[in-house]
Amino acid sequence: MCGIAGLIHRGSSGDIGAEMTTMLQALKHRGPDSTGFAIYGLPAGSDHVMRFKVAEQEDLASGFEIHGQIRERKAEVESRIRSMDVEIVGEEEATQYAFRYRLRFPADDDGGQARIKRFADYIEDVEGAEILSLGRALELIKDLGDAGVVSTQYGLAGFQGTHAIGHTRMATESDVDIRSAHPYWAYPFNDISVVHNGQLTNYWKFRRALEHRGHRFMSNCDSELIAVYLADRIERGDVLQDAMERSVSELDGVFTYLVATADSLGMAKDTMAAKPMVLYEAEDFVGLASEEVAIRGVMPDEIDTWDPYEGEVKVWQN
Amino acid sequence: MAELSPADRHKSHDLGLHAEQLSGRTQQVFFSPEEGDNYTYPEGFDVDFTKKAEIDAAEMDGPQVNLRIRELMGEGYGHIVVKNPLAKHSLGVGILNRLKLDFEGSLGYFGCGLIDGPNVHIQGRVGWSCAENMMAGVVVIEKNAGSTFGAALRGGDLVCKGDVGSRTGIDMKGGTIIVGGRAGAFTGFMMQRGRIVILGDAGINLGDSLYDGTIFVGGTIASLGVDAVPGEITDVEAGWLEKKLATYGLKAPRGVENLTKIVAGKQLWNYDNLEPSEKKIAL
Repeated sequence: MCGIAGLIHRGSSGDIGAEMTTMLQALKHRGPDSTGFAIYGLPAGSDHVMRFKVAEQEDLASGFEIHGQIRERKAEVESRIRSMDVEIVGEEEATQYAFRYRLRFPADDDGGQARIKRFADYIEDVEGAEILSLGRALELIKDLGDAGVVSTQYGLAGFQGTHAIGHTRMATESDVDIRSAHPYWAYPFNDISVVHNGQLTNYWKFRRALEHRGHRFMSNCDSELIAVYLADRIERGDVLQDAMERSVSELDGVFTYLVATADSLGMAKDTMAAKPMVLYEAEDFVGLASEEVAIRGVMPDEIDTWDPYEGEVKVWQN
Repeated sequence: MAELSPADRHKSHDLGLHAEQLSGRTQQVFFSPEEGDNYTYPEGFDVDFTKKAEIDAAEMDGPQVNLRIRELMGEGYGHIVVKNPLAKHSLGVGILNRLKLDFEGSLGYFGCGLIDGPNVHIQGRVGWSCAENMMAGVVVIEKNAGSTFGAALRGGDLVCKGDVGSRTGIDMKGGTIIVGGRAGAFTGFMMQRGRIVILGDAGINLGDSLYDGTIFVGGTIASLGVDAVPGEITDVEAGWLEKKLATYGLKAPRGVENLTKIVAGKQLWNYDNLEPSEKKIAL
């Protein structure tokens, strides 16, 4: 079933960590397997934030050796970062296997997509390493458990930012692990993430085509395809709204998805409107969720909400 | 049900109320608001509409609210006001009793499903599948509604003064759905009986795979579904529409005579066990 939610403060910021936790906790019944957050903080200069993991949560139960392997993998990641002339200016250990690094690329480095892709590919070549997000605003957190568990584990309460999307997952077509949890970073594009509720029926057709174009997939989850599809369209020159409108006509199946960029939040619904989405839209705040009860968690007063219609695409700017 | 006079039968047929003329096992009318006897459900409550009670649902979950409604009916309260419903799911379900029930706010999924008899007023919005399988009574929503509004409705009036989502009236088997605004895709999908009145625009595939029943649209229709065809509004229907809309303070933007009527072309297989002659022809 899965639940998705999004919010954006327009022209301001707020405690998006706590707000998204409240919204996703209200959707727990739609997907108890894992919870994920893509939260957009206040950019701190030109530094990049990289969230990555070097093992799955379930790996910890596989024996004592995994702890040594995690240390070795983390050391190798750090070695490779430095070998690419990138400085680690901040380091936090979110869990035993997931980390948050603040990175400073060389001053003469434009941080373009090609550079980011080379960097990401080199890091992910380390066994067990997966970059969950890399950007100036985006931080992507996902793990097993409900929103309260994940939020506490990663210290999200009090996270100030402008917008966020999130997901509660009921696994249907791939494993219960972090790799298959949403959101997905639209690798290798800075700050683009996607959450999705639904099923794509032409997944393999598009995956093969996108792989031929050089994109990589980290899971067999159809939701990842949307992130890669949008990244590909943006790479070809589409603006976000156009890429999303094209996706509604090209991707088959029943779906509603949310996408976020450094300064925008967007939603798209399939042409049969088969998957739910409730929208609250005001001048200073927009909230969306699979169920209104999630929006009510952060907007308890009486508000006007409605369902976007079939084939509808909407984008809001911060 | 009471036997209709030949004149009434004719009138009923003009209204598209085929169900009322049929007597087969699956097509019986089980309930009529005019027949007091129909309120005699086992363990039904004898309520007094002048006795009013309030429930603050802010700190309660759905089952707790529904149990409290039942307790209050047991104490004879005929008018119950639910404050702070906060879009919680499955509120006001399974009420098989006469009752005036007001929600001061919005409901989540499956609100007022499986009801038979109450008169419900909702000040806010409702989520998916509001009044699913309603047998009789009235549900009025002041704002918008989600998808599958009135799914498998069997009787009563279900009114949304705002917009409704896709698949409104899917599998509808009787009763009336009125939409003050716009309706989404596949409205009236596999509808079998009853009437849907949309005063605004209708989305794609209106009345797709319609078995029977009638749809009236005041605005534009994005597209008709398979086997949905235009019909002509009769004088009896125009009178009925005028009266029914006025009951809920609604009006067709360009007059009821300018509503577009959609009926089944009956080119598809029609599961009407009371039309055996047609079945024989098909076979």
